[in-house]
Amino acid sequence: MVFKNLENYNLISVIDNIYTFYRDGFKGMIIGKKLWKIILIKLFVMFVILKLFFFPNFLNTKFETDVEKSNYVLEQITRNAAKSQ
Amino acid sequence: MMDIDLSMVNWARAQFAFTAMYHWIFVPLTLGLSFLCAFFETIYVRTGDKEWRAITKFWMTLFGINFAIGVATGIILEFQFGTNWSNYSWIVGDIFGAPLAIEGIFAFFLEATFFAVMFFGWNRVSKKFHLFSTWMVAIGSNLSAVWILVANGWMQNPVGMAFNPETARFEMQSFFDVVFNPVAVSKFVHTSSSGFLFGSLFVLTISSWYLLRGKHLQMAKRSIIVASVFGLLSSSFVAFTGDESAYEVAQKQPMKLAAIEGLYKGETKAGLVAAGILRRDKQPGDGQDPFLIKIKIPFMLSLLANRSFSSFVPGIDDLVYGNEEQNIESTASKIAKGKKAINDLALFKQARKENDNQKAEVFLSKFTKNQEYMGYGYLNKPEEAVPPVAIPYYAFHIMVALGTLFPVLFAAFLFFSLKGSLTRQKWLLPIGLISGLLGLIAQESGWVVAEVGRQPWAINGLLPVKVATTNLTATNVQITFFMFFGLFTLLLAAEITIMLKQIAIGPEGGPSK
Repeated sequence: MVFKNLENYNLISVIDNIYTFYRDGFKGMIIGKKLWKIILIKLFVMFVILKLFFFPNFLNTKFETDVEKSNYVLEQITRNAAKSQ
Repeated sequence: MMDIDLSMVNWARAQFAFTAMYHWIFVPLTLGLSFLCAFFETIYVRTGDKEWRAITKFWMTLFGINFAIGVATGIILEFQFGTNWSNYSWIVGDIFGAPLAIEGIFAFFLEATFFAVMFFGWNRVSKKFHLFSTWMVAIGSNLSAVWILVANGWMQNPVGMAFNPETARFEMQSFFDVVFNPVAVSKFVHTSSSGFLFGSLFVLTISSWYLLRGKHLQMAKRSIIVASVFGLLSSSFVAFTGDESAYEVAQKQPMKLAAIEGLYKGETKAGLVAAGILRRDKQPGDGQDPFLIKIKIPFMLSLLANRSFSSFVPGIDDLVYGNEEQNIESTASKIAKGKKAINDLALFKQARKENDNQKAEVFLSKFTKNQEYMGYGYLNKPEEAVPPVAIPYYAFHIMVALGTLFPVLFAAFLFFSLKGSLTRQKWLLPIGLISGLLGLIAQESGWVVAEVGRQPWAINGLLPVKVATTNLTATNVQITFFMFFGLFTLLLAAEITIMLKQIAIGPEGGPSK
């Protein structure tokens, strides 16, 4: 029983038990294995393919500093202003 | 036929709406099913009955499938902020950063610890610790929804912030005002309780299917009793929180309320439209009756909007063209003030660039006077302040009609379950079978009301959607729109296939993790 009587364990034993708990848990998975495959494929597609190649952060790719970004956004939100005093 | 505008802003809108609605298939089921698993397991721990353990493990497996397929689908929305909505993303970054970071950290620690115990811990931790973990997953999942709804509530009712013209950002002035924003609070309680309701309907659907097929009868009957009690309580709470939510909409977003009720001409002692068909060619200010037919409940809209039977509820025409008698400013007047604000902001920026600080201070002072109308300055005509009325109107009425049906359905299931004659109610079980789908329609309708009803605003009154976007071409967004469509359709197909397979296996001998 992994978490029972935790007070009798030292730190290394606790870490070892947590590791064993997760290892055995993953090994013993039935439907979970299929689900993990789906999760990993999904995360790969999202973070590696979509984020890197199709969803760059527009401002971060165009500008380096916050001042440059501020100026650009200010320009965008005032570009149709009449600028009449 | 209605013309479809295929500009970049509409593609970006469509992509965001599609992603959010897809994400919203999984979230309410997680919110509701997590608590139902906790209820089932609590009964198991208290009674020691192995059948309850099997019931808990069965629903936990379906919960796990839903969670695994749905996890991280919401992150796509954050990708879109940076790419398609860069102006918006920059402008609100200071407000959204904290809530979204808290959500991310909270979700990570929760998932890494209690989820693992919940799925791996059967027979490996004590019964009570396992139960504690299941409850923590339920509570934690619901609490992690707080932060994204705080962000959404802020967009509907921006409070606790100030616009900094130097940086073009809304900066947080009071974290507590943002977190306890009345719109955010009512949104959270309404949304989470509707998730409980949906989870209960999901259990009714699967259990009804088993009863119709004559399989796993004991499990199905027991599941139905728990789901019916939880569903009945949740649906009462949904009605209560929905009323509170509508009140907040009336106070903070009167145009949205007018749109969801199809109310063009404001009324004192206003009635609530229970059902009705809108006239398709109705336009603001044209004087036509907006309805072809309608059934109204007298006084109820006034009560809903202002907690008074005799109060005045403004209509679309009052809000667009103004109503002096009711002291409602016209949108044209707000547009004029908004244009001044934008103009002064541009001049302030120019003066700063020229290092003329004296001039800059003058324009800053002028800008401050009208800055609350800044968003209106981007509208070209007053009618642009009106959302596409038919969409939120029908979505609202579908949601309310289904929300009225659900408590009756739960009460019927509970009544016949306690009477011991549920399996003989051949008329009721098919309704139970489709109830999950009806719940999903109600869920999605709720989001359509909230999001389409607030158009044209990304941030209510301050930033219209068309200014929030990145300066990209429509083609950029079209490509990613269809990529998402393909990816999400695949994921949904995977979810349905795996779930159906697991449901066919049933609780006996099926996988528990």
